[in-house]
Amino acid sequence: MSDEHGHDPEPLSDVERRARALEELLTEKGIVSSEFIDQVVEAYAQDIGPMNGAKVVARAWVDPEYKRRLLADGTAAIAELGFGGPEGDHIVAVENTPDVHNVVVCTLCSCYPWPVLGLPPNWYKSPPYRSRMVREPRAVLAEMGCDVPDDVEIRVWDSSAEVRYLVLPARPPGADGTSEDELAGTVTRDAMIGVAR
Amino acid sequence: MRPEVRRMTGEAALPRQNGELVFDAPWQGRVLGMALALVEQRGLEWDDFRQRLIAAIDADPTRPYYESWTAALTDLVVDLGVAGAGEVDSRAAHVEA
Repeated sequence: MSDEHGHDPEPLSDVERRARALEELLTEKGIVSSEFIDQVVEAYAQDIGPMNGAKVVARAWVDPEYKRRLLADGTAAIAELGFGGPEGDHIVAVENTPDVHNVVVCTLCSCYPWPVLGLPPNWYKSPPYRSRMVREPRAVLAEMGCDVPDDVEIRVWDSSAEVRYLVLPARPPGADGTSEDELAGTVTRDAMIGVAR
Repeated sequence: MRPEVRRMTGEAALPRQNGELVFDAPWQGRVLGMALALVEQRGLEWDDFRQRLIAAIDADPTRPYYESWTAALTDLVVDLGVAGAGEVDSRAAHVEA
């Protein structure tokens, strides 16, 4: 974590210390690996957090007035749906259009909007993603299976403690008459980070 | 998600916000992940953890939910002989921020 990113090192709470101690003991003794815990947490994060963000996106797709508010003040519009809390201050929504594809990174650490996306995936915190996405986003996106046409501009947003970004993906074509709930079910975490379209 | 985790009801149920599971901080996810991983790797039943979680909640009903998870995980780690209670305590005291 970097001070430049505004992460004042806060003293660990007792329960955080205990959680850290348990993980150290379990991994040192070879009972479970940190990677396996990562996988479990990632599975749960995928099941858990991003549904909040998906609801925000679906609402924006069906309600132009809500979308306007979301793009004007992400944090407030997200709070309208009852989502907020730690790591949820100053969320800025950036909209994908036919001409622009947005992708989010945090080059210095792993700033991430927990209330709408849950816990960050492992790769988001990895040094290669953080460094390469800024330098060669088109290549990294392609490696991740996200091909962005050459005539579409890629905008890379560097998250910080001050601002966390949420990508508003384009509404799928031909989805007229689809309910908001059904639409929410189509929104993936990766699309809201911008590594999927 | 393991169906038996999803189905946990009563006071052992996972907290939900707007119908979805949420963590307030990363350590909560680590504790959840450790409990699931430990049960998986040791070939235990999920109930082996769940019963300790219910006991931990009973012991201190006003304690925040994931702090009870941490207490239950400590009990499981100690009961399995992975580490002694004193070892967990002293390690926790020396964790660096």
